[in-house]
Amino acid sequence: MIEVKNVSKSFGKHNVLNDVSASFEKGKVNVIIGASGQGKSVLAKCIVGLHEVDNGHIEFDKRDFVNMPSTERRELRKEIGMLFQGSALFDSMTVEENIVFPLTMFSKFTKKEMLDRVNFCLERVNLAGRNNLFPAECSGGMQKRIAIARAIAMNPKYLFCDEPNSGLDPQTSILIDNLIREITYEFNTTTIVITHDMNSVIEIGDNINFIYEGKNWWQGTSKEIVKTDNPEIVNFVFASEFMKKIRENLRKDL
Amino acid sequence: MKIVSQLGKYFMMLWIVFSKPDKFKVFWKRTFEEIQLIGINSLPIVALMSVFMGAVIALQTASNMDTPWLPEYTIGYITRSSTILEFSPTIISLILAGKVGSNVSSEIGMMRVTEQIDALEIMGVNSLTYLVLPKITAAIVFFPILIMFSMGLSLLGGWISLIASGLSSTDSYVFGLRSFFKVSDITYALSKTVVFGFLIVSISSFYGYYTRGGALDVGKSSTQAVVSSSIAILLANFFITQMFLLK
Repeated sequence: MIEVKNVSKSFGKHNVLNDVSASFEKGKVNVIIGASGQGKSVLAKCIVGLHEVDNGHIEFDKRDFVNMPSTERRELRKEIGMLFQGSALFDSMTVEENIVFPLTMFSKFTKKEMLDRVNFCLERVNLAGRNNLFPAECSGGMQKRIAIARAIAMNPKYLFCDEPNSGLDPQTSILIDNLIREITYEFNTTTIVITHDMNSVIEIGDNINFIYEGKNWWQGTSKEIVKTDNPEIVNFVFASEFMKKIRENLRKDL
Repeated sequence: MKIVSQLGKYFMMLWIVFSKPDKFKVFWKRTFEEIQLIGINSLPIVALMSVFMGAVIALQTASNMDTPWLPEYTIGYITRSSTILEFSPTIISLILAGKVGSNVSSEIGMMRVTEQIDALEIMGVNSLTYLVLPKITAAIVFFPILIMFSMGLSLLGGWISLIASGLSSTDSYVFGLRSFFKVSDITYALSKTVVFGFLIVSISSFYGYYTRGGALDVGKSSTQAVVSSSIAILLANFFITQMFLLK
C-alpha cells in the first residue's frame, strides 16, 4: 500500500499540489485522473521521488520515502516498475537487452535464468520471439508492451503507469488496460495509473482519485464515479454528449 | 551569479558521478564500449588533422628560416617542440571537444528528454555513475593514447612535407627531432591531455544531463557543451603550463 499524506509541491510561485492525501491499495488498480496541468503527473513523480515534495509524507508499506537516505531510496526503487508515457525504452538496446537490463544490474540470476525471465515477460505481454528487435522497429503499442515487460521483469511490488494509452488506437488501449489489470491481480502489485482515457477509468479503475486544482478532489470506485453528482468530476469525466448518455445508462443499471 | 550556481551544480554532479558503480562488471563493459565510441572512433579525424598539422608546421618553420646562422636541424627541433608541447595536446583536444563533446551531450540530453534517465532512476540505478563515469574513465585512459598517436603522425607529416618540398633532409630533420629532447615535455603533454579529456566529457555530460525540454534544447545543450569545454581547455592549458613549465 502507498500512502500520500498532506503532500504539497510548488515550482517557483506556482503551487501545483496543495495538501494532497490519498491511499493506493495493494492488489488494486488505483487510477489518478484530472485535466492537464492539474498536477497528476507531478503527484506520481513525487511518489516515485523524481520530484522532491515541499511538505508531507509518502509511505510505501509504512516506509517513509520522503525522509529516506538516497541509498535506501535506491533499494526501494528496485521494487518499483514504471511504464512511462513515451515508453522510455533504451533505444540503443534490443528488446531483450531492455528487459534484461534491471536483472543484469540487480539480480544474481545466471544468464539462462535471465533469458528465461525475459522470455516469460515477453510471453506475458504477447510479444514472444521479438527479442532481437530494436525499439525503433516496434509500433507504439508494442513499445508500451515491451515497457510493461521491462517494468515487471524484477517482480515489482509497485507498478506506475503514466498515461499508458496515450497515442494508441482504442483496440490497443483495451489490450494495454487488460494487461495492466491482469498483472496487478496476478502479481498482487500496488498499481497506480495516470490516465485521461475515460474508458480505462471505468473499465479497470478499482480506486479512482480525481485531482483538481492541486487537490485530491474526489476519491471513489468506478461505480461511485457513475453515481456521484459532484459537478467538477461529472464535468470532467462525462464531458461529451456521448459520455453523458453512457452515464445515464450506467446509472439506470446501478 | 548564474555561473557560480552552475559551477556548484557541476561539482555536485561530479560528487555523485564518482560514487561506487552499482555493478563493476557492467561498469567495465560500458567503459570498453565508450573507449570504442569516444576514442577509437576518433582515430580517423585525429590522424587526418595531425598529418596536415605536422606538415604545415614543418613547412612554415622551413620557409621562415632564411638566416644561415640557424642550423637546418632547427626545423625538426621546432616541429617537435610545437607538436608535443602545444599542437597535439591542445589543438587536437579542441577538435575532440567538438566531436566528442557534442556527441556526449546530445546522447545524454536525448536520454533525458525521452525519460530514459528517469527510467534508470526508477529502476534504482545511479544514472550519473552508470552513464557518465564510464565516459570519463574512457576519456582519461584513451585521450593520452590518441594524443601520442597524433604526435607521431604530426612528426611523420612534417617529414613527408619537407622531403616532398626539398626544404630539408631526412638526417637533419631526425637530428632536430632528437635534439634537446626532454622526457618531461611528454609528461607535461600527456598530463594536459588527461585534464582536457576529463573536462570535455564531464562538462558535456553536465550539459546533457541537465537538459530540459525537447529536441531543440538538446541542440542548445550540445552547443553550450562544446563552447564551455573549449573555454575550459584554454583556461586549463594556461594554468597547467604555468605549473609545469614555469615552476
